[in-house]
Amino acid sequence: MRHAHSKEDGGDKLETAVDMGKGNFSFLEQVEKRSGEKLNLCYQCLKCTAGCPTASYMDIRPNSIIRLIQMGKKQEVLGSNAIWFCVYCQTCGTRCPNEIHIGVLMDALREMAMEEGVHPKEKNIHLFHEAFINSVKRGGRAHEVTMLMEYILRSRDMMKGSLIPGMKLFFKGKFPLLPSFVKGRDEIKRIFEKCTGDK
Amino acid sequence: MKFSYFPGCTDHSSSYEYGRSTEAVFEALGVELIEIEDWNCCGAAATHSLNRLLSLCLPARNISKAQSANIGPLVAPCAGCYSYLKRTEYVMKHDEAERKKIEEIVGFTYDPSLEILALMDVVLNRIGLEKIQEKVKRPLKGLKPACYYGCALVRHPKITQLDDPENPQYMDRLMRSLGAEPVSWSYKTDCCGADLAMTYSDVVEGLVGKIVSMAKEAGAHCVVTSCGLCQMNLEMRQTEGLPIFYFTELMAAAFDVRHQDKWLKKHLINPKGLLESLQLG
Repeated sequence: MRHAHSKEDGGDKLETAVDMGKGNFSFLEQVEKRSGEKLNLCYQCLKCTAGCPTASYMDIRPNSIIRLIQMGKKQEVLGSNAIWFCVYCQTCGTRCPNEIHIGVLMDALREMAMEEGVHPKEKNIHLFHEAFINSVKRGGRAHEVTMLMEYILRSRDMMKGSLIPGMKLFFKGKFPLLPSFVKGRDEIKRIFEKCTGDK
Repeated sequence: MKFSYFPGCTDHSSSYEYGRSTEAVFEALGVELIEIEDWNCCGAAATHSLNRLLSLCLPARNISKAQSANIGPLVAPCAGCYSYLKRTEYVMKHDEAERKKIEEIVGFTYDPSLEILALMDVVLNRIGLEKIQEKVKRPLKGLKPACYYGCALVRHPKITQLDDPENPQYMDRLMRSLGAEPVSWSYKTDCCGADLAMTYSDVVEGLVGKIVSMAKEAGAHCVVTSCGLCQMNLEMRQTEGLPIFYFTELMAAAFDVRHQDKWLKKHLINPKGLLESLQLG
Protein backbone atom coordinates (compact mmCIF):
# COMPACT_ATOMS: atom_id res chain seq x y z
CA MET A 1 0.00 0.00 0.00
CA ARG A 2 3.06 2.27 -0.03
CA HIS A 3 2.18 3.82 -3.36
CA ALA A 4 -1.08 5.18 -1.99
CA HIS A 5 0.84 7.47 0.32
CA SER A 6 3.63 8.40 -2.04
CA LYS A 7 3.63 12.05 -3.01
CA GLU A 8 5.45 11.34 -6.28
CA ASP A 9 2.52 9.59 -7.79
CA GLY A 10 -0.54 10.66 -5.79
CA GLY A 11 0.34 14.30 -5.24
CA ASP A 12 1.74 15.33 -8.59
CA LYS A 13 -0.95 13.71 -10.67
CA LEU A 14 -3.58 15.42 -8.59
CA GLU A 15 -2.07 18.78 -9.24
CA THR A 16 -2.30 18.37 -13.01
CA ALA A 17 -5.77 16.87 -12.84
CA VAL A 18 -7.47 19.60 -10.85
CA ASP A 19 -6.84 23.17 -9.89
CA MET A 20 -5.21 22.96 -6.50
CA GLY A 21 -5.60 26.64 -5.77
CA LYS A 22 -3.90 27.40 -2.46
CA GLY A 23 -3.88 23.72 -1.50
CA ASN A 24 -2.14 22.93 1.74
CA PHE A 25 -0.48 19.51 1.49
CA SER A 26 0.50 19.42 5.11
CA PHE A 27 -3.21 19.49 5.96
CA LEU A 28 -3.62 15.93 4.66
CA GLU A 29 -0.69 14.80 6.77
CA GLN A 30 -2.05 16.58 9.83
CA VAL A 31 -5.49 15.03 9.43
CA GLU A 32 -4.09 11.55 8.83
CA LYS A 33 -1.89 11.83 11.89
CA ARG A 34 -4.68 13.18 14.05
CA SER A 35 -7.34 10.69 12.97
CA GLY A 36 -5.13 7.69 12.28
CA GLU A 37 -7.06 7.16 9.04
CA LYS A 38 -5.35 6.57 5.68
CA LEU A 39 -7.23 9.05 3.54
CA ASN A 40 -5.25 8.52 0.34
CA LEU A 41 -6.85 5.10 0.03
CA CYS A 42 -10.20 6.71 -0.84
CA TYR A 43 -11.18 6.10 -4.46
CA GLN A 44 -14.49 7.97 -4.34
CA CYS A 45 -16.86 5.00 -4.49
CA LEU A 46 -19.40 7.16 -2.60
CA LYS A 47 -20.60 4.37 -0.34
CA CYS A 48 -20.12 6.68 2.65
CA THR A 49 -22.34 9.41 1.26
CA ALA A 50 -24.94 6.95 -0.06
CA GLY A 51 -25.48 5.50 3.42
CA CYS A 52 -25.13 8.71 5.44
CA PRO A 53 -28.38 9.68 7.22
CA THR A 54 -27.49 13.37 7.30
CA ALA A 55 -25.59 13.78 4.00
CA SER A 56 -28.48 15.66 2.41
CA TYR A 57 -28.11 18.39 5.04
CA MET A 58 -24.35 18.71 4.61
CA ASP A 59 -22.79 21.46 2.54
CA ILE A 60 -19.96 19.08 1.63
CA ARG A 61 -20.78 15.35 1.46
CA PRO A 62 -18.53 12.87 3.29
CA ASN A 63 -16.78 11.60 0.12
CA SER A 64 -16.05 15.20 -0.91
CA ILE A 65 -14.71 16.00 2.55
CA ILE A 66 -12.04 13.34 1.97
CA ARG A 67 -11.32 14.67 -1.53
CA LEU A 68 -10.94 18.22 -0.23
CA ILE A 69 -8.58 17.04 2.51
CA GLN A 70 -6.44 15.33 -0.16
CA MET A 71 -6.45 18.65 -2.02
CA GLY A 72 -5.42 20.56 1.09
CA LYS A 73 -8.57 22.66 1.33
CA LYS A 74 -8.30 23.26 5.03
CA GLN A 75 -10.58 26.26 5.44
CA GLU A 76 -13.38 24.69 3.40
CA VAL A 77 -13.24 21.47 5.39
CA LEU A 78 -12.87 22.92 8.89
CA GLY A 79 -15.44 25.61 8.14
CA SER A 80 -18.03 23.19 6.72
CA ASN A 81 -21.32 22.30 8.38
CA ALA A 82 -20.68 18.67 7.41
CA ILE A 83 -18.30 18.08 10.29
CA TRP A 84 -21.09 19.12 12.68
CA PHE A 85 -23.90 17.20 11.00
CA CYS A 86 -22.11 13.87 11.39
CA VAL A 87 -23.87 11.99 14.22
CA TYR A 88 -21.26 9.21 14.38
CA CYS A 89 -23.68 6.49 13.30
CA GLN A 90 -20.64 4.80 11.72
CA THR A 91 -22.53 3.50 8.68
CA CYS A 92 -19.86 5.02 6.43
CA GLY A 93 -16.94 3.54 8.34
CA THR A 94 -18.57 0.12 8.46
CA ARG A 95 -19.16 0.08 4.70
CA CYS A 96 -15.97 1.77 3.46
CA PRO A 97 -14.11 -0.73 1.22
CA ASN A 98 -10.83 0.89 2.26
CA GLU A 99 -11.67 0.77 5.95
CA ILE A 100 -11.55 4.52 6.43
CA HIS A 101 -13.39 5.23 9.66
CA ILE A 102 -15.04 8.49 8.67
CA GLY A 103 -16.74 8.98 12.05
CA VAL A 104 -13.30 9.07 13.65
CA LEU A 105 -12.15 11.42 10.89
CA MET A 106 -15.05 13.79 11.61
CA ASP A 107 -14.16 13.79 15.33
CA ALA A 108 -10.59 14.73 14.45
CA LEU A 109 -11.76 17.50 12.10
CA ARG A 110 -13.99 19.03 14.77
CA GLU A 111 -11.12 19.02 17.26
CA MET A 112 -8.85 20.65 14.70
CA ALA A 113 -11.48 23.27 13.84
CA MET A 114 -11.76 24.24 17.49
CA GLU A 115 -8.02 24.37 18.03
CA GLU A 116 -7.67 26.60 14.97
CA GLY A 117 -10.38 28.87 16.29
CA VAL A 118 -12.63 28.24 13.28
CA HIS A 119 -16.13 29.48 14.01
CA PRO A 120 -18.39 26.39 14.08
CA LYS A 121 -20.71 26.59 11.09
CA GLU A 122 -23.36 24.84 13.19
CA LYS A 123 -23.12 26.96 16.29
CA ASN A 124 -26.02 25.28 18.09
CA ILE A 125 -24.79 21.73 17.56
CA HIS A 126 -21.46 22.83 19.03
CA LEU A 127 -23.17 24.55 21.96
CA PHE A 128 -25.32 21.52 22.65
CA HIS A 129 -22.25 19.29 22.86
CA GLU A 130 -20.62 21.82 25.19
CA ALA A 131 -23.69 22.04 27.42
CA PHE A 132 -23.75 18.24 27.69
CA ILE A 133 -20.06 18.04 28.57
CA ASN A 134 -20.42 20.84 31.13
CA SER A 135 -23.24 18.93 32.77
CA VAL A 136 -20.93 15.90 33.16
CA LYS A 137 -18.14 18.18 34.37
CA ARG A 138 -20.34 19.59 37.14
CA GLY A 139 -21.56 16.35 38.66
CA GLY A 140 -19.94 13.41 36.87
CA ARG A 141 -23.26 12.45 35.34
CA ALA A 142 -25.42 13.98 32.64
CA HIS A 143 -28.46 15.87 33.88
CA GLU A 144 -31.04 16.78 31.27
CA VAL A 145 -32.67 19.80 32.93
CA THR A 146 -29.51 21.80 33.73
CA MET A 147 -27.96 20.80 30.41
CA LEU A 148 -30.98 22.02 28.45
CA MET A 149 -31.12 25.23 30.48
CA GLU A 150 -27.50 25.99 29.70
CA TYR A 151 -28.05 25.19 26.03
CA ILE A 152 -31.15 27.40 25.73
CA LEU A 153 -29.53 30.32 27.56
CA ARG A 154 -26.35 30.24 25.51
CA SER A 155 -27.83 29.45 22.09
CA ARG A 156 -31.11 31.35 22.50
CA ASP A 157 -32.61 28.47 20.58
CA MET A 158 -36.05 28.01 22.12
CA MET A 159 -36.16 24.43 20.80
CA LYS A 160 -39.63 24.89 19.31
CA GLY A 161 -39.64 21.43 17.79
CA SER A 162 -38.88 19.80 21.14
CA LEU A 163 -40.95 21.94 23.47
CA ILE A 164 -44.18 19.94 23.49
CA PRO A 165 -42.64 16.45 23.49
CA GLY A 166 -40.11 17.67 26.08
CA MET A 167 -42.90 18.91 28.37
CA LYS A 168 -44.66 15.55 27.99
CA LEU A 169 -41.49 13.78 29.14
CA PHE A 170 -41.19 16.19 32.03
CA PHE A 171 -44.76 15.54 33.18
CA LYS A 172 -44.15 11.80 32.91
CA GLY A 173 -41.41 12.37 35.50
CA LYS A 174 -38.69 11.40 33.05
CA PHE A 175 -36.63 14.55 33.54
CA PRO A 176 -35.72 14.73 37.25
CA LEU A 177 -35.24 18.28 38.50
CA LEU A 178 -32.31 17.47 40.75
CA PRO A 179 -29.06 16.13 39.33
CA SER A 180 -27.43 12.95 40.63
CA PHE A 181 -23.81 13.68 41.54
CA VAL A 182 -20.98 11.19 41.84
CA LYS A 183 -19.00 11.10 45.09
CA GLY A 184 -15.66 11.19 43.33
CA ARG A 185 -16.07 14.68 41.94
CA ASP A 186 -12.39 15.37 42.55
CA GLU A 187 -11.50 12.46 40.28
CA ILE A 188 -13.86 13.77 37.59
CA LYS A 189 -12.35 17.24 37.99
CA ARG A 190 -8.84 15.85 37.58
CA ILE A 191 -9.84 13.89 34.45
CA PHE A 192 -11.35 17.03 32.94
CA GLU A 193 -8.31 19.15 33.80
CA LYS A 194 -5.90 16.69 32.27
CA CYS A 195 -8.01 16.14 29.14
CA THR A 196 -8.94 19.74 28.44
CA GLY A 197 -5.94 21.58 29.80
CA ASP A 198 -8.32 23.73 31.90
CA LYS A 199 -7.50 24.60 35.46
CA MET B 1 -24.56 -15.74 37.84
CA LYS B 2 -23.32 -12.23 38.70
CA PHE B 3 -22.38 -9.20 36.65
CA SER B 4 -21.03 -5.73 37.30
CA TYR B 5 -23.68 -3.33 36.12
CA PHE B 6 -23.34 0.14 34.59
CA PRO B 7 -26.88 1.58 34.49
CA GLY B 8 -25.97 4.89 32.80
CA CYS B 9 -27.33 8.40 33.34
CA THR B 10 -30.74 7.85 31.74
CA ASP B 11 -31.55 4.88 33.99
CA HIS B 12 -33.73 6.97 36.27
CA SER B 13 -34.76 9.59 33.73
CA SER B 14 -35.58 9.11 30.08
CA SER B 15 -34.91 5.34 30.04
CA TYR B 16 -36.92 4.66 33.18
CA GLU B 17 -38.84 1.84 31.45
CA TYR B 18 -35.60 0.13 30.45
CA GLY B 19 -34.09 0.29 33.92
CA ARG B 20 -37.11 -0.96 35.84
CA SER B 21 -38.03 -3.72 33.38
CA THR B 22 -34.39 -4.89 33.33
CA GLU B 23 -34.39 -5.17 37.13
CA ALA B 24 -37.65 -7.13 37.10
CA VAL B 25 -36.57 -9.50 34.33
CA PHE B 26 -33.17 -10.24 35.85
CA GLU B 27 -34.74 -10.85 39.22
CA ALA B 28 -37.08 -13.36 37.58
CA LEU B 29 -34.09 -15.03 35.95
CA GLY B 30 -32.15 -15.11 39.20
CA VAL B 31 -29.22 -13.26 37.68
CA GLU B 32 -27.58 -10.57 39.77
CA LEU B 33 -26.69 -7.19 38.30
CA ILE B 34 -24.54 -5.36 40.85
CA GLU B 35 -24.25 -1.63 40.21
CA ILE B 36 -20.64 -0.47 40.08
CA GLU B 37 -19.83 2.00 42.77
CA ASP B 38 -19.94 5.71 42.00
CA TRP B 39 -20.05 5.27 38.22
CA ASN B 40 -19.91 8.34 35.99
CA CYS B 41 -21.31 9.31 32.59
CA CYS B 42 -19.78 7.40 29.65
CA GLY B 43 -19.35 10.74 27.87
CA ALA B 44 -22.00 10.00 25.26
CA ALA B 45 -22.03 11.52 21.81
CA ALA B 46 -21.11 15.03 22.90
CA THR B 47 -17.75 14.17 24.43
CA HIS B 48 -16.14 12.35 21.52
CA SER B 49 -17.47 15.08 19.25
CA LEU B 50 -15.31 17.67 20.96
CA ASN B 51 -12.59 15.91 22.94
CA ARG B 52 -11.34 12.44 22.03
CA LEU B 53 -9.11 11.98 25.06
CA LEU B 54 -11.90 12.87 27.48
CA SER B 55 -14.23 10.49 25.65
CA LEU B 56 -11.75 7.67 26.34
CA CYS B 57 -11.02 8.61 29.96
CA LEU B 58 -14.62 8.93 31.20
CA PRO B 59 -15.50 5.31 30.30
CA ALA B 60 -12.08 4.22 31.60
CA ARG B 61 -13.00 5.39 35.12
CA ASN B 62 -16.03 3.05 35.00
CA ILE B 63 -13.84 0.23 33.73
CA SER B 64 -11.50 0.85 36.67
CA LYS B 65 -14.47 0.67 39.08
CA ALA B 66 -15.60 -2.63 37.56
CA GLN B 67 -12.07 -3.99 37.85
CA SER B 68 -11.88 -3.14 41.55
CA ALA B 69 -15.33 -4.59 42.19
CA ASN B 70 -14.12 -7.86 40.65
CA ILE B 71 -17.63 -9.27 40.39
CA GLY B 72 -17.66 -10.41 36.80
CA PRO B 73 -18.11 -8.97 33.30
CA LEU B 74 -19.20 -5.34 33.06
CA VAL B 75 -22.67 -5.03 31.56
CA ALA B 76 -24.28 -1.92 30.05
CA PRO B 77 -27.97 -1.88 29.09
CA CYS B 78 -27.80 1.28 26.97
CA ALA B 79 -26.38 0.68 23.49
CA GLY B 80 -24.66 4.08 23.56
CA CYS B 81 -22.92 3.52 26.92
CA TYR B 82 -21.92 0.05 25.70
CA SER B 83 -20.34 1.39 22.53
CA TYR B 84 -18.31 4.05 24.38
CA LEU B 85 -17.07 1.53 26.94
CA LYS B 86 -16.11 -0.80 24.10
CA ARG B 87 -14.38 2.02 22.25
CA THR B 88 -12.17 2.72 25.25
CA GLU B 89 -11.52 -1.00 25.67
CA TYR B 90 -10.54 -1.26 22.00
CA VAL B 91 -8.09 1.64 22.24
CA MET B 92 -6.56 0.30 25.46
CA LYS B 93 -6.12 -3.15 23.94
CA HIS B 94 -4.66 -1.96 20.64
CA ASP B 95 -2.68 1.20 21.38
CA GLU B 96 -0.12 0.96 24.14
CA ALA B 97 0.80 4.65 24.16
CA GLU B 98 -2.85 5.68 24.43
CA ARG B 99 -3.48 3.08 27.13
CA LYS B 100 -0.63 4.48 29.22
CA LYS B 101 -1.96 8.00 28.80
CA ILE B 102 -5.47 6.95 29.85
CA GLU B 103 -4.13 4.94 32.82
CA GLU B 104 -2.12 7.91 33.99
CA ILE B 105 -5.03 10.33 33.76
CA VAL B 106 -7.60 8.04 35.37
CA GLY B 107 -5.14 6.57 37.86
CA PHE B 108 -5.46 2.82 37.38
CA THR B 109 -3.85 -0.14 35.63
CA TYR B 110 -6.00 -1.66 32.91
CA ASP B 111 -6.75 -5.36 33.14
CA PRO B 112 -7.65 -6.65 29.66
CA SER B 113 -9.33 -9.72 31.12
CA LEU B 114 -12.37 -7.64 32.13
CA GLU B 115 -15.15 -8.45 29.68
CA ILE B 116 -17.55 -5.69 28.61
CA LEU B 117 -20.92 -6.93 27.47
CA ALA B 118 -24.17 -5.49 26.14
CA LEU B 119 -27.25 -6.50 28.13
CA MET B 120 -28.62 -8.16 25.01
CA ASP B 121 -25.45 -10.25 24.74
CA VAL B 122 -25.85 -11.38 28.35
CA VAL B 123 -29.45 -12.43 27.68
CA LEU B 124 -28.61 -14.36 24.52
CA ASN B 125 -25.20 -15.80 25.18
CA ARG B 126 -24.69 -15.96 28.94
CA ILE B 127 -28.19 -16.78 30.13
CA GLY B 128 -29.25 -18.38 26.88
CA LEU B 129 -32.56 -18.72 25.06
CA GLU B 130 -33.31 -22.09 26.64
CA LYS B 131 -33.45 -20.57 30.10
CA ILE B 132 -35.43 -17.61 28.74
CA GLN B 133 -38.01 -19.96 27.23
CA GLU B 134 -38.38 -21.79 30.54
CA LYS B 135 -39.46 -18.51 32.13
CA VAL B 136 -42.09 -17.65 29.53
CA LYS B 137 -45.53 -17.86 31.11
CA ARG B 138 -47.46 -15.86 28.55
CA PRO B 139 -45.99 -16.38 25.08
CA LEU B 140 -46.23 -13.19 23.00
CA LYS B 141 -48.51 -14.98 20.56
CA GLY B 142 -49.70 -12.83 17.68
CA LEU B 143 -47.31 -9.95 18.48
CA LYS B 144 -45.32 -8.75 15.48
CA PRO B 145 -42.45 -6.52 16.59
CA ALA B 146 -39.96 -4.82 14.29
CA CYS B 147 -36.54 -5.30 15.90
CA TYR B 148 -34.64 -2.03 15.67
CA TYR B 149 -30.93 -2.31 16.46
CA GLY B 150 -29.89 1.23 15.54
CA CYS B 151 -26.21 2.13 15.34
CA ALA B 152 -24.35 1.64 18.57
CA LEU B 153 -24.75 -2.11 19.09
CA VAL B 154 -23.63 -3.15 15.65
CA ARG B 155 -21.24 -0.42 14.53
CA HIS B 156 -18.32 -0.29 14.31
CA PRO B 157 -18.30 -4.12 14.11
CA LYS B 158 -14.58 -4.41 14.85
CA ILE B 159 -15.28 -2.68 18.17
CA THR B 160 -18.70 -3.99 19.24
CA GLN B 161 -18.23 -7.47 17.74
CA LEU B 162 -21.92 -8.20 17.96
CA ASP B 163 -23.77 -9.83 15.11
CA ASP B 164 -23.97 -8.74 11.47
CA PRO B 165 -23.80 -4.95 11.04
CA GLU B 166 -26.23 -4.88 8.10
CA ASN B 167 -28.78 -7.53 9.05
CA PRO B 168 -28.41 -8.43 12.72
CA GLN B 169 -30.60 -11.23 14.07
CA TYR B 170 -30.11 -11.63 17.80
CA MET B 171 -33.04 -9.47 18.91
CA ASP B 172 -35.23 -11.28 16.39
CA ARG B 173 -34.10 -14.60 17.89
CA LEU B 174 -34.95 -13.37 21.37
CA MET B 175 -38.40 -12.21 20.24
CA ARG B 176 -39.10 -15.59 18.63
CA SER B 177 -38.10 -17.36 21.83
CA LEU B 178 -40.70 -15.23 23.67
CA GLY B 179 -43.34 -16.41 21.20
CA ALA B 180 -43.51 -13.25 19.07
CA GLU B 181 -43.18 -13.15 15.28
CA PRO B 182 -40.64 -10.42 14.40
CA VAL B 183 -41.19 -8.89 10.97
CA SER B 184 -38.57 -8.84 8.26
CA TRP B 185 -37.69 -5.28 7.31
CA SER B 186 -34.85 -3.19 5.93
CA TYR B 187 -34.49 -0.38 8.46
CA LYS B 188 -33.22 -2.25 11.51
CA THR B 189 -29.82 -0.53 11.52
CA ASP B 190 -30.74 2.85 10.02
CA CYS B 191 -29.78 5.77 12.24
CA CYS B 192 -32.55 7.69 14.09
CA GLY B 193 -30.52 10.92 14.07
CA ALA B 194 -29.38 10.61 17.69
CA ASP B 195 -28.79 13.89 19.55
CA LEU B 196 -29.49 15.97 16.46
CA ALA B 197 -33.04 15.76 17.85
CA MET B 198 -32.17 18.64 20.19
CA THR B 199 -30.82 21.03 17.57
CA TYR B 200 -32.50 19.86 14.35
CA SER B 201 -35.70 18.15 15.40
CA ASP B 202 -37.03 18.33 11.82
CA VAL B 203 -34.10 16.24 10.55
CA VAL B 204 -34.76 13.60 13.20
CA GLU B 205 -38.51 13.68 12.49
CA GLY B 206 -37.68 12.83 8.89
CA LEU B 207 -35.38 9.94 9.81
CA VAL B 208 -37.70 8.58 12.49
CA GLY B 209 -40.75 8.99 10.24
CA LYS B 210 -39.13 6.77 7.66
CA ILE B 211 -38.12 4.09 10.20
CA VAL B 212 -41.57 4.01 11.81
CA SER B 213 -43.51 4.00 8.52
CA MET B 214 -41.31 1.20 7.19
CA ALA B 215 -41.92 -0.84 10.35
CA LYS B 216 -45.66 -0.33 9.84
CA GLU B 217 -45.46 -1.22 6.18
CA ALA B 218 -43.71 -4.48 7.16
CA GLY B 219 -46.76 -5.25 9.32
CA ALA B 220 -45.21 -4.51 12.71
CA HIS B 221 -47.40 -3.78 15.75
CA CYS B 222 -44.53 -2.12 17.57
CA VAL B 223 -40.78 -1.45 17.44
CA VAL B 224 -38.32 -3.00 19.92
CA THR B 225 -35.03 -1.30 20.84
CA SER B 226 -32.14 -1.54 23.27
CA CYS B 227 -31.02 2.09 23.16
CA GLY B 228 -32.36 4.92 25.29
CA LEU B 229 -31.83 7.59 22.68
CA CYS B 230 -33.34 5.51 19.86
CA GLN B 231 -36.36 4.73 22.03
CA MET B 232 -36.87 8.37 22.96
CA ASN B 233 -36.46 9.62 19.40
CA LEU B 234 -38.71 6.95 17.93
CA GLU B 235 -41.41 7.64 20.50
CA MET B 236 -41.18 11.44 20.55
CA ARG B 237 -40.64 12.18 16.89
CA GLN B 238 -43.26 10.07 15.14
CA THR B 239 -46.85 10.81 14.20
CA GLU B 240 -48.15 7.29 13.67
CA GLY B 241 -48.72 6.20 17.27
CA LEU B 242 -46.66 3.00 16.95
CA PRO B 243 -45.60 1.75 20.42
CA ILE B 244 -41.82 1.59 21.04
CA PHE B 245 -40.63 -0.97 23.59
CA TYR B 246 -37.34 -1.87 25.16
CA PHE B 247 -36.66 -5.58 24.64
CA THR B 248 -36.71 -6.11 28.40
CA GLU B 249 -40.31 -4.83 28.59
CA LEU B 250 -41.42 -7.55 26.19
CA MET B 251 -39.43 -10.11 28.20
CA ALA B 252 -41.28 -8.89 31.30
CA ALA B 253 -44.63 -9.24 29.50
CA ALA B 254 -43.79 -12.79 28.43
CA PHE B 255 -42.53 -13.70 31.92
CA ASP B 256 -45.72 -12.13 33.26
CA VAL B 257 -43.80 -10.32 35.99
CA ARG B 258 -45.76 -8.19 38.43
CA HIS B 259 -46.18 -4.42 38.44
CA GLN B 260 -45.43 -3.90 34.75
CA ASP B 261 -47.58 -0.80 34.93
CA LYS B 262 -44.76 0.90 36.84
CA TRP B 263 -42.86 1.35 33.58
CA LEU B 264 -45.56 0.86 30.92
CA LYS B 265 -47.32 4.02 32.14
CA LYS B 266 -44.20 6.09 31.47
CA HIS B 267 -44.43 5.72 27.70
CA LEU B 268 -45.47 8.71 25.62
CA ILE B 269 -47.25 6.30 23.29
CA ASN B 270 -49.30 4.06 25.54
CA PRO B 271 -48.48 0.43 24.70
CA LYS B 272 -51.05 -1.10 27.04
CA GLY B 273 -53.82 -1.16 24.42
CA LEU B 274 -51.66 -3.25 22.12
CA LEU B 275 -50.70 -5.70 24.89
CA GLU B 276 -54.32 -5.98 26.06
CA SER B 277 -55.58 -6.58 22.52
CA LEU B 278 -53.37 -9.66 22.43
CA GLN B 279 -54.35 -10.69 25.97
CA LEU B 280 -50.85 -9.87 27.18
CA GLY B 281 -51.65 -6.88 29.38
